[in-house]
Amino acid sequence: MTMAFDAKIPEGPLEEKWDNHRFQIKLVNPANKRRFDVIVVGTGLAGASAAASLAELGYNVKVVTFHDSPRRAHSIAAQGGINAAKNYKNDGDSIYRLFYDTIKGGDYRSREANVYRLAQVSVDIIDQCVAQGVPFAREYGGLLDNRSFGGAQVSRTFYARGQTGQQLLLGAYQALMRGVHSYGIQLYPRTEMLDVVVKDGRTAGIVCRDLNTGEVFSMSGHAVVLATGGYGNAFYLSTNAKNSNVTAAWRAAKKGAYFANPCYTQIHPTCIPASDEFQSKLTLMSESLRNDGRVWVPNKMDDTRSPDQIPEDDRDYFLERRYPAFGNLVPRDVASRAIKHEVDAGRGVGPLKNGVYLDLSEATNRLGHDVIEERYGNLFEMYERIAGEDPYKVPMRIYPAIHYTMGGLWVDYNLMSNLPGLFVLGEANFSDHGANRLGASALMQGLADGYFVLPYTIGDYLAPLLGTTPLSVDDPAFAAAEHAIDDQVRRLLSINGKKTVDEIHRELGRVLWDNCGMARTEQSLSKALAEIPAIREEFWKNVCVLGENESRNQALEKAGRVADFLEFGELMVLDALRRNESCGGHFREEYQTEDGEALRDDEHYAYVAAWEFKGVDNEPELHKEQLNFEYAHPSTRSYK
Amino acid sequence: MSNASMRITLTVWRQASADAGGGFETYDVPGVSPDMSFLEMLDVVNERLMHDGKEPIAFDHDCREGICGACGFMINGQAHGPERATATCQLHMRKFRDGDHLTIEPWRAAGFPLVKDLIVDRTAFDRIIESGGYVSVGTGGAPDGNLIPIPKPVADAAMDAAACIGCGACVAACPNGAAQLFTSAKMQHLNLLPQGQAERWDRTVNMVESMETYFGSCTNHRECEAACPKSISIDFIALMNKDYAKAQLKQRRLIGQTFP
Amino acid sequence: MATTATPPTKPVKTPPVTPARPIRKLVPNGPPILRFYRSSVGKKWVMAVTGLMLMGFVVFHLIGNLKLYLSKEEINLYGEALRDMPGHLLPRTVLLWTLRSGLFVAFVLHLHSAYSLTMINRKARPQQYQSRRDYVAADFASRTMRWTGIIVLLYLVFHLMDLTWGTANSEWVRGDPYNNLVYSLQRPVVALAYAVANIALAFHLYHGAWSMFQSMGINNPRINKLRRSFATAFAGLILVGNLSFPILIQLHVVDLQCPHTEPTTAPCKA
Repeated sequence: MTMAFDAKIPEGPLEEKWDNHRFQIKLVNPANKRRFDVIVVGTGLAGASAAASLAELGYNVKVVTFHDSPRRAHSIAAQGGINAAKNYKNDGDSIYRLFYDTIKGGDYRSREANVYRLAQVSVDIIDQCVAQGVPFAREYGGLLDNRSFGGAQVSRTFYARGQTGQQLLLGAYQALMRGVHSYGIQLYPRTEMLDVVVKDGRTAGIVCRDLNTGEVFSMSGHAVVLATGGYGNAFYLSTNAKNSNVTAAWRAAKKGAYFANPCYTQIHPTCIPASDEFQSKLTLMSESLRNDGRVWVPNKMDDTRSPDQIPEDDRDYFLERRYPAFGNLVPRDVASRAIKHEVDAGRGVGPLKNGVYLDLSEATNRLGHDVIEERYGNLFEMYERIAGEDPYKVPMRIYPAIHYTMGGLWVDYNLMSNLPGLFVLGEANFSDHGANRLGASALMQGLADGYFVLPYTIGDYLAPLLGTTPLSVDDPAFAAAEHAIDDQVRRLLSINGKKTVDEIHRELGRVLWDNCGMARTEQSLSKALAEIPAIREEFWKNVCVLGENESRNQALEKAGRVADFLEFGELMVLDALRRNESCGGHFREEYQTEDGEALRDDEHYAYVAAWEFKGVDNEPELHKEQLNFEYAHPSTRSYK
Repeated sequence: MSNASMRITLTVWRQASADAGGGFETYDVPGVSPDMSFLEMLDVVNERLMHDGKEPIAFDHDCREGICGACGFMINGQAHGPERATATCQLHMRKFRDGDHLTIEPWRAAGFPLVKDLIVDRTAFDRIIESGGYVSVGTGGAPDGNLIPIPKPVADAAMDAAACIGCGACVAACPNGAAQLFTSAKMQHLNLLPQGQAERWDRTVNMVESMETYFGSCTNHRECEAACPKSISIDFIALMNKDYAKAQLKQRRLIGQTFP
Repeated sequence: MATTATPPTKPVKTPPVTPARPIRKLVPNGPPILRFYRSSVGKKWVMAVTGLMLMGFVVFHLIGNLKLYLSKEEINLYGEALRDMPGHLLPRTVLLWTLRSGLFVAFVLHLHSAYSLTMINRKARPQQYQSRRDYVAADFASRTMRWTGIIVLLYLVFHLMDLTWGTANSEWVRGDPYNNLVYSLQRPVVALAYAVANIALAFHLYHGAWSMFQSMGINNPRINKLRRSFATAFAGLILVGNLSFPILIQLHVVDLQCPHTEPTTAPCKA
C-alpha cells in the first residue's frame, strides 16, 4: 500500500487558501448526493455534526455509536467553552490572532493552513449553534458573553455555564436526530466499530459488533468517517469517559492508516487529585477556574496548617511568580509542569500531598459570592461532591491528569487519511493542535471539522466515484474481517485466566504514566518499551473474560479495547522516544531550558511523525511530513 | 477524607437478558472506602465476582462526572440514591454508613425495557427528540449570533431546562412511569428561545404525542423533580401543558405575533 | 470500489429498533378536541378544568349549607331559591337542571379521565419495582387520589340517595332540607361516613387544587408559592366547614325543628 504522502495544502496566501481550495475541489451535484453512502462512526461533536450536515446535503448517511444514545459521547463533558474569533469584546481579537495563538499554543507543531481555516470557520460555529438554540451565556443586554481562557490575552471563549460541551453536543445531537427524522440517517446505537475494510486501495466499509446481541456484521459505503475521539484512556486514569478508547482509530491504523504524533498527550492542570487506589477515573474541573483562581502552595515543606491559617507571606503563588505576564493563565502544559515541579519538590498539599491549591477567595471577596456562584457554581458543587470539602471555605486542591490527545490518525487538508475514503475528524485526527491544545479549542475543532470542513472536502473524493456502488458486504474482504473479529471474541472468552481486564489495564496505565506521562526521558521510555510487550503477553495468556458473546458483555467489550491499548501504547512510547526534543505536551527532561521550559528542536523535529503499522511485534515505519511556517515564525514560547 | 473502611451489604437485581427471569442476589462487600463513588464500589464488587468466577454486574456508565447520563439505577427505592441533585456516579460512599444494606434495581418502565442486570434501553428518549426536539436549521446560513438579543432571564431559563442529561431518573422515579420532565425540559429549552418559535406548536404536539406513545402520564407527584440529578423544575411541565393546549388552539399563521 | 454486478445476497443489517413497545397509539385524526382529549396531557387538562368546576360546586354547596346555622327558614328558602333562579328570566328549575347537567358531565369526564389515565399508567410500568420504593416528594394526598376519589364517589351516591332523592332516608320530605339534613346526620353511622368522606375529599382537594395549576400550565415564579397556600387553605376551609355539620348536629347544637307549615314530618313528631 503505497500512498502519496501529500497533505494537499492549497496554494496561495494563508487567508485565501481555504477559499481557493473550496473553489478548486470537485463538487457532487445536489441530485447525485443521494447516490453516495457515507458511514460516520462516533457521535460526539465531530461525528454528530458531520452526520447531520452530510445528511442535509443529501448524502445517505449511516451513523454508528457504541453508546445507547448518540447524546452520550464524551464531548458532553467539556466544561469551559468554545473559542471563536468574533471580537465581540472589542479587545483586539481577529482570525489571525486566533490562528497565531493556536499555532503558538501548539508549540509550532501544527499545520498553518489547517489552523488558519479553523480560526476562519470558528465564527460560523457560534452562529450555527446559536441558531440551533444552544443557550450560550448572555449579558444583561441580551448579547453573547465571553470569558478569557488559558493561552490567550483576549476574551473569545463562549460558554454555557460550566456545561458548554454538553450544550454544543446536544445541539449537534438534535441536528443528528433531525437528520434521522427528515433526511434518512440510519442510526445504529450500541454498535461498536471493530474494523475498517480496505479493498483495491480504497476504504470499502466497516465491520461492527452489535453490543446487545454479539452479532458481527459489515456495512459498506463510498466513504467512512471516523470521529471516535482520543486515546487518553491508554493511561487508565484520565479525565476521559470510561468507555473512550482507541479501538476504531487503532484498527484503521492496522489496516494502513498512518498514526500521527501519538506522543502528544495533553495533561490538564486542574483535575481533582486521586483519593485512593480505587479511583476509576479523574475528574477535571474547567480551566476557566484559573481566570479567577490563584494557584499556590505553602512556602514551607510539610506545612500542615489549614490553608486559611497560612498567611500571604508563607504562600508561593508560583505561576504568578514564574510567569508575570500570563500568571495563572499560562497554557495547560506549562501550568501542569509547574504544578508537578512543586509537588515533586515536596510542597504538595492534601492528605496524600498530591495537589496544589486553586484559591478563589480573593476573587470571591472582589466580585462577591453571587458572581462566583454564577460563574463556577456547578464546578464548586462537583468538587464538594467528590472531595467532600466546600470550596467556598477551603481552597480546592488540583493536580494534572491526562485529558486530551493531540495525536491521532494522519489526515490531509481534506481530513482524509492516507487510506482513500477514510476521513478522520475531531480528536481522532492529529490535525490542528500541534503538540498542545489550547483550552476551549477542542469543541471548536470538532465542530469545525463536522459542520464546515468535511461537508465540502468529502465531495472532492466522492465526485469521481459517481456511478459506482459500494463493495458488497458479501465480498471476501468483509468476510475475512468478520471472521477475524469472531476469532478474537472467541479467543478472549476462552483464555479464562486469573487477571481481570481492569487489572491489566491499570498495569499498562501505570507504566505509561510513570514513563511516558508529564515528563519523559530516554531511559523511562526505553523501560516502558520493554515492559509493555510483557503486559500484552500476559493479557493474552492470563486475562479473565467471563460470560458469553451473545448477550451484553461489558468485560468482553473492555477486553477488546484494552487489547488495542496494549498495542497502541507501545507506539506512543516509541514516538516519544524518537522525538528528541520537548514541545507542548511532550516534555523530555533531557531537552529543557535552564528555567525548566520545553526546548524545541525546530531544525530536526519540525515534522509530523506519521507511523505506518508493520505488524504487532515489528517496528512501525516512520513517515515525516515537514511543517513549514511562513507566517507564524517559530519562537520560543514565552508566557512570562 | 476519611480512611475508615466500611462494610456494605449489597442486594442487586441480576437478570441475564430481557427474556430471562431475574431476581435479587446479595453480596457482602467489606473494605469500602468512603471516598469511593458508588460506581467505584460496584467496580470493586465486580472485580471480586470475576475472581470468584462469577459474571460481573452489568451497569451503564461512562463519563463518571454526572453529565453523560449513562448511569443510574434505584438505590434503596430512590432513583440515583438518597443524595439530591446527584447522579449515581457522583454519589459517594461517604453518604452511607458502615453496615448499611443497599438494594439496587434497574429503572422499571415500559419505555425502558431491560437489557441486562441494571442496564435498560432508553432509546425511547431518542424517539421523542427525533419527533421534534430540535430547531430545523441546516448547517450554514445562520445569522450572526448576536443578531437576536436574548434577555438574560430567558437564556438562563432555557439553560435550566437544557441542563437535562437524559438519564431517565424522572421516568424511573415517577409512580406513573411518565417522561414529562424529560420531554418538557427538552421542549421548553427550545420553546423559550426566539430561535425555537418557528416550530414551537408543531414541536409541542409532536413531542408530547411521541412521549405518550411510550410513557405514562403526569399526575403531579413531583417525584421526578426530586430525583433529577440536575434539579430540573416541574415548572417546565406546566409550561409544556400550557403550550400543548395553546398548540391546539393557535392560529399558526400568526406565529410571528407570538414572539415572547 | 469496483462496480459490483452481483447484488448482495446477505441482507444489509438495518438499524436496531427501539425495543420499547408502544403502550398506546395516538392516532392523529378526528376532530381536534378529540385528539386533544386522547393525549394524557389533554386528559389532565380536562381533569383540571372539571376539577375546578367541581371545586366551585363544593364551595357553593358549603356556602348554602352554612345557612343551616342561620335558621331553618333561611336554608329552606335557599333550596327554593336554587330552583327558582334566575327569577323570571327562565322557567323554574331550568337553570338548576342546566347546572346540574353541567356538573354531571364534568363529573363523568373527571371520572373517565381519571380512569383512563390510571389504565395508561398501569401499562407504562408493567413490571413494578421489586424492592420497596422510597418516595421523596410524592405525599400521602397525591398518592391516594384514586382512593380518596373513590371514597368521595361512593359517598356521593349515598348522599344523593339520602338527601336529594330520599331513597336512603325513611324520613325524607321534599322541600325541607333543614330537617332532612339534621335527621340524616343525627344517625351516628351516617355522621361518621360523612366525616370520613369529607376527610377524603379534603385530601383529594389538597392535591387536586394545587395540581390543577400545573396541569393547566398556570405557572409563574411570582405566584407559584401561592398555589400551594391556596390548595391548603381551600382544602382546610372545605374540611372545617363540612365537618362542622355532623359534629354540631351530633352535639345537638343544631337540632330538628318542627315546621311552621305543612306537611308535618315524622322527625318532628319524635
